[in-house]
Amino acid sequence: MRKIVYTVIVIALLAAAIAAALLATQFRRPADSAPSAATAALPAEERIARGAYLAKAGDCMSCHTARGGQPYAGGRALQTPFGAVIAPNISADSNTGIGAWSADDFWRALHHGQSRDGRLLYPAFPYTNYTRITRDDADALYAYLRTVPAVIQANQPHQLRFPYSLQISLAAWRMLYFKPEAFLPETGQSVDWNRGAYLVQGLGHCSACHSARNPLGATEGESLSGGMIPAQGWYAPALNTRSDWEQSHLAALLKTGVSPRTAVFGPMAEVVKESLQYLNDSDINAIAVYLKALPPAAKQTSFERDSAPETVTFLAAGGKLYEKHCAECHGADGAGKSSMYPQLAGNQALTMTNAVNPIRIVLNGGFAPATAGNPRPYSMPPFSHALNDTEVAQIVSYLRASWGNNAPPVSGADVNRYRAVPLD
Amino acid sequence: MPIFSALGLAAAVAAAPLPPTESPSDALTQRIAACLSCHSVKERGDAYFPRIAGKPAGYLYNQLRHFRDGHRHYPMMTYMVGNLSDAYLREIADYFASQHPPYSPAPPGSGSSASAAQVARGEMLVRQGDAAKQIPACISCHGTALTGVEPSIPGLLGLPSDYINAQFGNWKNKSRRAAAPDCMATIASRLSDSDVAAISAWLSKQIPDAEARPAASTPVPLPIACGSYPPAATGAASPSASALTPAQAPGSAAPALAAGAGRGAK
Repeated sequence: MRKIVYTVIVIALLAAAIAAALLATQFRRPADSAPSAATAALPAEERIARGAYLAKAGDCMSCHTARGGQPYAGGRALQTPFGAVIAPNISADSNTGIGAWSADDFWRALHHGQSRDGRLLYPAFPYTNYTRITRDDADALYAYLRTVPAVIQANQPHQLRFPYSLQISLAAWRMLYFKPEAFLPETGQSVDWNRGAYLVQGLGHCSACHSARNPLGATEGESLSGGMIPAQGWYAPALNTRSDWEQSHLAALLKTGVSPRTAVFGPMAEVVKESLQYLNDSDINAIAVYLKALPPAAKQTSFERDSAPETVTFLAAGGKLYEKHCAECHGADGAGKSSMYPQLAGNQALTMTNAVNPIRIVLNGGFAPATAGNPRPYSMPPFSHALNDTEVAQIVSYLRASWGNNAPPVSGADVNRYRAVPLD
Repeated sequence: MPIFSALGLAAAVAAAPLPPTESPSDALTQRIAACLSCHSVKERGDAYFPRIAGKPAGYLYNQLRHFRDGHRHYPMMTYMVGNLSDAYLREIADYFASQHPPYSPAPPGSGSSASAAQVARGEMLVRQGDAAKQIPACISCHGTALTGVEPSIPGLLGLPSDYINAQFGNWKNKSRRAAAPDCMATIASRLSDSDVAAISAWLSKQIPDAEARPAASTPVPLPIACGSYPPAATGAASPSASALTPAQAPGSAAPALAAGAGRGAK
């Protein structure tokens, strides 16, 4: 008996030792990689301008700047299901920012997700995407960030719950879900497709929102088949459903925030305003080419509408409300008005299984972002104070059942759930 | 940041297919349907939707930027203007400043139940201030007729007492801030809650004159320095934004979080 106990103890200790050794590998300082000769060869001005452009493509400033705060000085709280991650200061201040970092330090953060002092970084900083950024681009970004005015602003500690607050938990997470990797162009694909893939999978970190996350917060990869944005209460729609879009419409949507079909809203409005509008046409087109070519998801089984009298009455009430509150802009036929009022017929945002987006848009309305290409955007009024939960549900259900749209109705309870979601 | 401006310019020049443009005059009210649904010319006039029509354009512009940049907190407003540009906010401010609809009667609020003594105290504070507490008279900055002063001091009439109370509360707890030196924050800190209630009660009982317009200048030199007035000679916008109280920059994370928590609890 005693022998068995000893054996069990020895096995347990061995297992613990192996686990510890494996976890310890996560903390190893990765070998230095050679700095980019190509970027080093650029005149300083060009190198910095290139870095500034890439910082826009990566939307670095959005997370690393608090509302109304100094650029890149950090302080914005990113809410996650595990607590809040507070973006650090990445301005050029040596003490509170990253002014003392070398290009290699910076590369390790982007590519390996490791801080200068060896701490593992939380993947709210999307190094699971940024790992695909080339060393050329990383060095240009570094050169640019050196020029960002130094702001003395101490980093705030993250507010993560136990055990997510532990580095060892993060090490375990990384063993499961993260491996540094390089972007490998696909030779069978066009130059545009490959450029789009590089931007979407790397700097653009689109999958951070547009893919589902598992209970431990890991994204499901690069299928871009849509996902609920953790803690924000918006559903980032599937992007592998755009093959029928005209290339120019998709490009306009990404660059200006509006297209003849629809407009961006919710968190995407900020992405367009702070990032995508600054990309040149060739990169925007490359992104559109790549998105249009994403392998489509399996077709949703079509919804079979029931024809019970109460269902019909519910939808008819929605139709009446639509006529009263919505038709003036979106048209009785749901056709909208090109680049002003989104088309509702055939609009994917309305018919996704998860109806949070149309519910929140009816409740809260909103403006499309002001961009160089659309400086005076149109807006939609909020209806949260004018319509009750049932009325909003009737309208949204009507939108999901009209002009060829076919998705299940929503209830007043569904609407109520999203009334309280913080707007900001 | 010249690099950003250069990029912005490049983006403007190389913009992808532009949406069709209309003549500038026809569309603003259509474009800002979201604003008008609460701040319509009719004006709802309850505590949550204060009258903004006819206020000086510079004041309205500052408030829009402050909502966007987190110096004033009302989640719906921040959500609405969060992705709008200075130029567009300026245009929206100009539009509302140029509107002068009739006033609707002030809704019954806390002010309607104030005692005569309170109302008298309110009137005294508005017209004379309280030297012992270093509180200047409201009229010394907001104009003899309390219609505000161009370009950036707001009028005080036609506002619900509860809205006025809420703003003083916001100044006191620093969730409403303006360009430094933040004169109203200083004054609010010197006012007791009962003084605030007295002021708001008296103000909300005044019947505003729809023909009145913001004054061209203050009746006397400002009794206390104000970062929002007078504006810098040119480009008042961004400098005043960056001139927000220095204490705000290093601490900005904390207030943002505190505010976030507050909003979450609403």
